[in-house]
Order: sequence, then C-alpha cells, then structure tokens
Amino acid sequence: MSFKVAAAPHGHSQKKTNQVMAWVVFALIPGVLIQSYFFGWGVWFQILIAISVAYLAESICVWARERSARQALRDNTALVTAVLLAISIPPLAPWWIIVIGTLFSIVVVKQVYGGMGQNIFNPAMAGYVLLLISFPVQMTHWLPAAPIAPYDLGVWQTLHTIIFEYTPAGYDVEQLRTTVDGISMATPLDGVKTALDQGQILSEAYQLPMMGALAGIGWQWLNLGFLLGGAILLQQRVIRWHIPVGFLAGLLIPSLLAHVFAPSIMPGPIFHALSGATMLGAFFIATDPVSAATSDRGRLLFGLLIGLLIWVIRTWGGYPDAVAFAVLLANLCVPIIDRYTRPTVYGHHSGAKHDAE
Amino acid sequence: MSFVVGLIAIGALALIFGLILGFAAIKFKVESDPIVDQIDEILPQTQCGQCGYPGCRPYAEAIANGDEINKCPPGGETTIKKLADLMGVEAKPLDAAHGEESVKKVAIIREDECIGCTKCIQACPVDAILGAAKQMHTVIEHECTGCDLCVEPCPVDCIDMVEVEAKPETWQWNLDSVKQNIHKADTIPVKLVE
Amino acid sequence: MQDIKQFVESGQIARFPGGIHPPERKQPASEQPLRRIPYANELILPLRQHIGVSGQCTVREGDHVLKGQPLTDAVLHQGLPLHAPTSGTVKAIEQRPMSHASGLPEQAIVISPDGHDQWRERQPLPDYQQRDKAELLDIIQAAGVAGLGGAGFPTSQKLAQQKPVSYLIINGVECEPYICADDRLMREHARDIVLGMRILAYITGADKTLLAIEDNKPEAIASMHQAISEYSDIELRVVPTKYPSGGEKQLIQLLTGHEVPSKQLPIEMGVIMQNVGTAFAVKEAVIDDKPLIERVVTLTGECIEHPGNVWAPLGTPVDALLDFAGFKPEQQQRVIMGGPMMGFTLPITAVPVIKTTNCILVPSTEELPPPGDEMACIRCGACAEVCPASLQPQQLQWLAKAKDYPALEDNNLFDCIECGACAFVCPSEIPLVHYYRQAKSQIRNQAREQAKAELAKQRFEARQARLEREKEERLERHRKAAEARKQMQQQKAQDAPEQESNNDGKSSAVAAAIARAKAKKAAQEGGSAGSEASDEATTQPRPAQDKSAAVAAAIARAKKKKQARDQEDKQ
Repeated sequence: MSFKVAAAPHGHSQKKTNQVMAWVVFALIPGVLIQSYFFGWGVWFQILIAISVAYLAESICVWARERSARQALRDNTALVTAVLLAISIPPLAPWWIIVIGTLFSIVVVKQVYGGMGQNIFNPAMAGYVLLLISFPVQMTHWLPAAPIAPYDLGVWQTLHTIIFEYTPAGYDVEQLRTTVDGISMATPLDGVKTALDQGQILSEAYQLPMMGALAGIGWQWLNLGFLLGGAILLQQRVIRWHIPVGFLAGLLIPSLLAHVFAPSIMPGPIFHALSGATMLGAFFIATDPVSAATSDRGRLLFGLLIGLLIWVIRTWGGYPDAVAFAVLLANLCVPIIDRYTRPTVYGHHSGAKHDAE
Repeated sequence: MSFVVGLIAIGALALIFGLILGFAAIKFKVESDPIVDQIDEILPQTQCGQCGYPGCRPYAEAIANGDEINKCPPGGETTIKKLADLMGVEAKPLDAAHGEESVKKVAIIREDECIGCTKCIQACPVDAILGAAKQMHTVIEHECTGCDLCVEPCPVDCIDMVEVEAKPETWQWNLDSVKQNIHKADTIPVKLVE
Repeated sequence: MQDIKQFVESGQIARFPGGIHPPERKQPASEQPLRRIPYANELILPLRQHIGVSGQCTVREGDHVLKGQPLTDAVLHQGLPLHAPTSGTVKAIEQRPMSHASGLPEQAIVISPDGHDQWRERQPLPDYQQRDKAELLDIIQAAGVAGLGGAGFPTSQKLAQQKPVSYLIINGVECEPYICADDRLMREHARDIVLGMRILAYITGADKTLLAIEDNKPEAIASMHQAISEYSDIELRVVPTKYPSGGEKQLIQLLTGHEVPSKQLPIEMGVIMQNVGTAFAVKEAVIDDKPLIERVVTLTGECIEHPGNVWAPLGTPVDALLDFAGFKPEQQQRVIMGGPMMGFTLPITAVPVIKTTNCILVPSTEELPPPGDEMACIRCGACAEVCPASLQPQQLQWLAKAKDYPALEDNNLFDCIECGACAFVCPSEIPLVHYYRQAKSQIRNQAREQAKAELAKQRFEARQARLEREKEERLERHRKAAEARKQMQQQKAQDAPEQESNNDGKSSAVAAAIARAKAKKAAQEGGSAGSEASDEATTQPRPAQDKSAAVAAAIARAKKKKQARDQEDKQ
C-alpha cells in the first residue's frame, strides 16, 4: 500500500450542488405557505404528486441510461423542477396535469438532453408551456384568492377535486370559480387585460373585485413571499443579483415608461411586479444556472431579455402571463449571449498589448 | 418590341453579372493547399504502409480519390476525426483489417545478435537505422516512427518493438497510472506505509 | 510603459479579478523557528530538477565528493549544475522515483554522507560591485540557483535578458495556505534577503525594487521593513490577502496596474520578478560562494506532531523529513508536495526534496476533506467568478471533456495558471484543473507528434529522392557500360574479322561457366564429396560454403523462434 493519490486542489469550499438545490427549495417555503393560505390545500397535493413522479421518472431514465442512480437522485435537481412546476399550475388542476407536466419536464426536457446540466431549456417552464398550450382550460382555472372566493374547500374536498375533477358535493372547478352572481373569476392579470381589451380604462379595471391595494388580492402577497425567498437565496449566495435585477429592470422600466406616457391604458410597474409569476420567475426560475447565461454581463442581459419579453407579451400578446414563454425564448438566446459576453482573458486586453509595444 | 427590350435587358444583366463574378473569381481567389497536401498533413507520416499503400502520401492521394479514411492504425481515432472534418464525411471506427491502434512503439536492435545484413536499413522508410554491411546496426530512436517495417526482413529476428517509456514531461496526468509508475524503477528501497 | 511608471510611483495597489480566501492555516508552522535537520542516510539528487535539459554527470559511482562540489555540468547554459549537499560517497547513479505527480522514475545521483560535512574550497566575494554583471551571472549559474517560488526556472537565464528593467519585484507574497517557508526566511534572514535583492538590482539595472508581502504576515513585514530602511530605492508594498496574489502575473497586475500581455514575458513591460527565497540563494551564491544545496521546506498538516520549517538539504528523502517532524499517518493518508491548492500528492515518500519543493503537507481528512463524487456541471458560474485570468472554466471543462483541442486553444486554455481557485469553489466538485492539465499535456503531445510527423515526412521524402537518384545513377552506369561494351565489340569486330573463332571462344567460356555452376551445386549438396568436380571447383566454394552455413543456421534460428512464437500465440 502507498499513499492516496488525488488531484489538486486538496480541499474544497462552498455549498455542494445538492445543497444549492436544497436551498432553492427551502427558500420557496414562504411563497408556498402564502399560496396555500390564499389558494387552498391544492398546492401541497400538487407538490407531493410532482415530487413522486419526478423521482420515479428520474430513476427509470437514469437506470435506462445506465448511470449511477444514487448520484443522480442525490443532486436534488429533480426536486427543484417538480416543486417549481407544482406551484406554477392552478392548485385544483386535475392530477394528470401535473403528472404529464412533470414527466415531460424530467424525461424529455432534461434526461433526453443528457441529464443534469445538459438541458438547454428550463425543465419546469418547458413542462408548464406544454401544459398551457395542450390543456388551456385546466391551466387557467385559478380560483379566486381566499378573501373573495365563493367556496372554502377543506383538505378532503381539495383532494377529491384533484382526483375526480369535482368536489364531493358535485361542483366542478368551473362552478367553483363562479360567484353567486354568475361571473367567473379570472386572475388579476387576465381580468385587467380583458377589461383593457374591452375598452375600459385602467382605473375602471382596477375596480374589479379581484384587485387589491397593490395588485391582485392574494397574488400581491404571493409575489412578496417569493421576493422574500429570493432575498434568502441572495443572502446565501445561492444565486447572484444579475439575473433578478436584469429581469425586474427589463419588466419594470418599460412598464413605468409606458404608464407615464399612457396612464389610462398601461398598468404600472407595481402591478407588473406583484402579478402573476413575476417574483417566482425573477428569483427562482430565470436563475436556473443550467439554462441561463454564464458570465455576469451575460446574466444581466439574459434577465433583461426575459423581463422585456414578459412585458411585451403581457401587454400585446395573447396570454395574460408570460414568464414561461419569456424564459424559454431567452434560453434559446443563451449560446449567442454567452458568445458575445465572454470576458476578456488576462493578457488579452487591447490596453495590455498596446503597452507592450 | 417590349419582348426584345426585355431580352436585351436580361442579356445585358447576365453579361454584367457574369463579368463581376468572373472578376471576383480572379481577384478574390483563395489560395489553399491542394487537398492531397492537406490530407498528407493530417496523416502521422509513419510511412508504415499498413493502409495498403506504400507510404502516407500515396494514401493521401487515394483518400483524395475517394478511398476510406479509416485505414490508418498509427493515426488512430484522432486522425480519422480530423480527416472526417476535412473531407466532410462521417467519422467511422478504424478498419480492423489494417491493424489496431496501439501504444507508441520504437524499434530497438539487439546489437550483439545483429549480423549486419543491411536488410532492415533498406526497409526503413525514414532512414532511421544506421549501419553498413557486416557492421552492427542501430536505430536512431528519435527518428524512428515505430512503423514495424524493419522487423519482418530481419533474418535473425533481432529487432524488438518496445513501447515508448512515459517521461514526467510527456505524462498525461492519468492519476490511475501512478500506482504502476512508482514500480518502474527497479532498485528502489520503497518504504511503504500500511 | 509611461502608464506603468505613473502607477507604480503613486504607490497604489491595483486589484485583479476573481481570487478566493481559503482558510490560511499558516499557524502553527509559521510560529516555530527554522530548524536544521540531520543528514539522511542517503541523499537522492535527480539530474533534472527544473524545466529544461539535465546536465552531464561528472562523477562516477564510488567517487568521494565534498560539500558544494558540482556533480553535473550544465550544457551550453541551458541547465544548471547540481552540487553535493554534503561530503560523502556517490553510492549509485540510477533510476529513482521523481518528486513528480506521476511517480515516474528519473536518473538520479545517490550520495551517502560521510558525516564530516567537509566543504570544498570556497572563495567568498563580499564586494560583488567590483565585478561586472556577466561575471556575477556566471557565478549564479555555476551555483545552480533556480527560482525557488514556482517552476524552478534557472535564475541566471531569467536575469540574462538583454532588455531594460524598470522594476525588480521581489515576491514575498506566499499566498498559498499552509506554506510559510518564505515567511520564516523573511523573519529570520531579512538582511541576507536584502543583500540578495541588491545583487539582483545591480545585475538587472532596475530603477527600483518593489518588495511585495501579503498583509497576513505582520512579523515578516516588520522585519523586512527594518532591513530595507537604509535603501531609498527599495519600496515595501503590502498587498491584501487573497489567493493567488503571489502568482507572477497577478502580482504584476497588483503592483503595476497592468496585465502581462498573453504569451509575453514580464520583461517586455520592463518588469522582472524573483522570489525572496531566490534572493537569499543569490546572496549566498555570490557573497558566500555557497551553491544551492539546501532550502527551507514547510512541514505541516494535522498528521504531523511538530509542524514547522526546516532547512532541508536537497536530496533529503521526504520520509526522512516526515520522521523528523513526527508523522502519524491515518487511513487514506495524502502526502502533498506543495500547498493544498497547487501541490500534488506523492504516491510514495522515498522521493527527494528538490529545488522547487517548498512544502510537505500531510493533512488529516477533517482539515482537508478528500474530494467527493464529481457531479455534473450546472453552469453556476462560481468558477468564472473566482478565475484570476477571467477565463470561463465551465466552458473549458466541457471542451476538455470533448477533447476539442482547437476550441480549447481558442478559449485561451494556455492562459490558465492552474491556481485551482475554480475547482476549489466548484459546487459539483469537478476537478477542473486536472482536466485542464490533461488537455494541456495532450495538446503539447500532439504538437510534439506533429513535429515528429513533419520530420518523418522530410526524411521519407529525402529517402525517396535518394532512392530515385541512386536508381538513375545505376541506370546511367549500366547505359554507359553497355555503350562501352558495344564500342569494344565494334572495335573487336573491326580488329578481328574472323567471326567463327571468336564464336568458338565465347561458347567455350559459357560451357566452362556452366560446369563451374554445376560443380558448385554439387559441392553444396554433397559437401566434401565433390570429387567429380575439377580441382578448381572444389577449392573455390569453400568460403562460400562456410558463409552459407552460418546464414542457414541464423535462418534456422529465426524460423525456430517464429515457430515458437506462433505456438505461443496459438496457446
């Protein structure tokens, strides 16, 4: 026997990849708690189903690809994907929605591209987009937030709805969304967009029943919850500031300018910041390192692009929210962003050469 | 009338563009090595003939004329990859009929057995064997390409192909090889720790 | 140039991108005074200690050598001579495992000390300023002084550059964790180091000497500050603690605010850098006529009972050092030559201290956990953040795994200084530097093979040309001979018109030749039973017969061998 041979450096710092991923899930907790407060128990069931399906799918894929299953399951990336997808879909969506979405995310978007670290698209968002365009009805059936919801579902009622698509009392989700006076409740983003499209002005749209003090009832708190989670990630140095800052700048600056020039038809930055999946997208989704740009400048640009695309699609596009589409479009641009934002290597600055001459 | 005008106009245009193209072809001509030279550049130049051609250049010419690119065992995978890139074809595994890729070797003559027949000298494609009739021969290791061609003609079978020894400066950072490396020096009083 | 001057005169310290702050752990080793260790039973001196060619061995086995006596001759100023660290006998000249990550053996001179520690004749030179620079360079070269901070480049070669030098930078940064050899040397031998700096400044003609020390060594700073106080052209620059501030390129950036252009040497920007240990060695070589035969080595790590710094004679086996310091190996023990960031593990400890050995680190698994399982890269960019060369380590890693060598060179792989910061922070624990080293050595090997192929091609073409020429010459000779024969025949025909008699003569000659051939054949077949043949025939074939017998025997031997081999193959 002789001494152990190892490659330099000997020793290591910082969190390991699985710990990084665990921190992401941990930082989601405030947001998930708020979501569960305003939108019922559904989110917990969705998370549970998603995690089980994700790990099962991951195991089978890894086994089929003849890789080390232990290592692949330990890295927690499947966990992050599953949780992100589960909290993105309506909490009362039928069980097969989340199953299909998770399977697509894990099998097609991640493993088929070569597993962890190889996917070019954000798995959760690709899964979300697949669901949104395949099952638009189920994917837009968000219940109104708790204070204005016509019904209050218990744990058992929620589970029953997710499994059988109607409550034990026999109401389906469409009926659950409908208030006593027969109007079905849209999400704030959707409601404001529809109102504006119908020729109303912003102040009229803000009078809609689902609107709260800053943005939509429930949604504003949900976004603040994810903002808090984002702050935890930044403080833990799990993510860096470039993508969230670029993201929010890309969304908020155009919306501010538009609001200043057309205050009656263009929603302002606060509405955009606290509606839909803005904060979740800025701190948890766009920051997925695998499918994002790598250099600091590249990340700023990547975030900016996503924010801008979200504003453009929300304002003129056919869908009320756009985080998933924007993220996927920006994922496509990553190689070219990376290529043109490569930092200048030591000794290659033009100044350095000049001085030598 | 308008038909004739159209005809003339198109004819004139064709003429002008033709001239421009012709001019560009001369003016912006890209000087590049003929394809055979480029292929020859990629081949390992062992001149071993394992491809079935008498040397690397003839094989390069054959490839240029459409022969397979996977007949060169000394070059191995890297050469095939480069050839595939150059020729715009799919890289394929080495054709086993021409031999297998193996570790780099060099010829060594067991000098006390050499009878000085000069046959190996004639066989060596790169003149890397030194000697004269009835004089002992020796291989210039530095020039030897490890092509193997001298082994067959030797009447007394005194030429060995030995593996090129790894040296610290050519070592490829293969940490798994370390355990074997330490046993390469024969007389080491190795103090081992349990 | 002007910019650099302005920056340096302002006394600023610039920043370099990236860098890390690993735990320093210089204590407790840095608190112990330098010790001397007894000579080991044998001193192993590899002929090659540093970059470049090895010298020619000038001693033979069994020779008695004196301390400081040269053992090798440098060839054409390319390498450096090697000296006997103490008096003794040359026990062997043989292959020994090298102090190298590969564990591969190299030729080494093994000396067994006689215990007298008897010096060769020495000629101290206190007034070096009386000598000219070339003479001092020769002295430094003859003393075998190499850069003691890093790769061990011959100091005299570095100094011999014929370019103007504005700034001589003396590197006392010692940024790598654990290592405190230079720290100790600066604390205890500040005056000698300053003398060395004066000599270096005299040789290079530098306008100013900058001494750089990291701010985590207050004692060394105080001691050096005092020692340089009497010289106005030496300035002390305290740099903030950050790894790898002590890298040549990084330190130049810190002190001059400018980068060394890629693929150029610092001398191009009027800067030359030497390590404090080298400055000390230069002083000893020039003023005391003491060649480089020992150096300071840090012995540290939790598996050592008495950590500290020692004066280790070159060639001292690592196990002797470890025995001296009290080594308690644990399971899966790593013995690292160098620091935790850039050092390499030694598979065995029977390897010697060489000129570039600055530290032997034997960590416990708690203090430096062994690497875990390598996970996939998640492109988190932590590596790019800490890279002092602003490279994209994650990109290089993909390319290195894909063996895409041209793309690696495009991505400036060769600007990587292998500091290990990227691998240190990688959350997936990818041994990035290891991949780069492999890729670099493969690229270098390919270049070597390319050069060899080029040479082989030239030789092949030269041979083809020669064969062609020889063939033509042969044909030419034949043609000439044929012509000559024709002419002769014509002449003969003219001289002797009687054709018939000539014909007779010719046919009789042919008959005689046939008879001779038959006789020869018979002789070969029947051995000595060639009684039928004429006397002429029996006497002539004798030597031929001997020769053919020898050849036949050789062929038989070869055949037998081949048969044996075939049988082996079959089995």
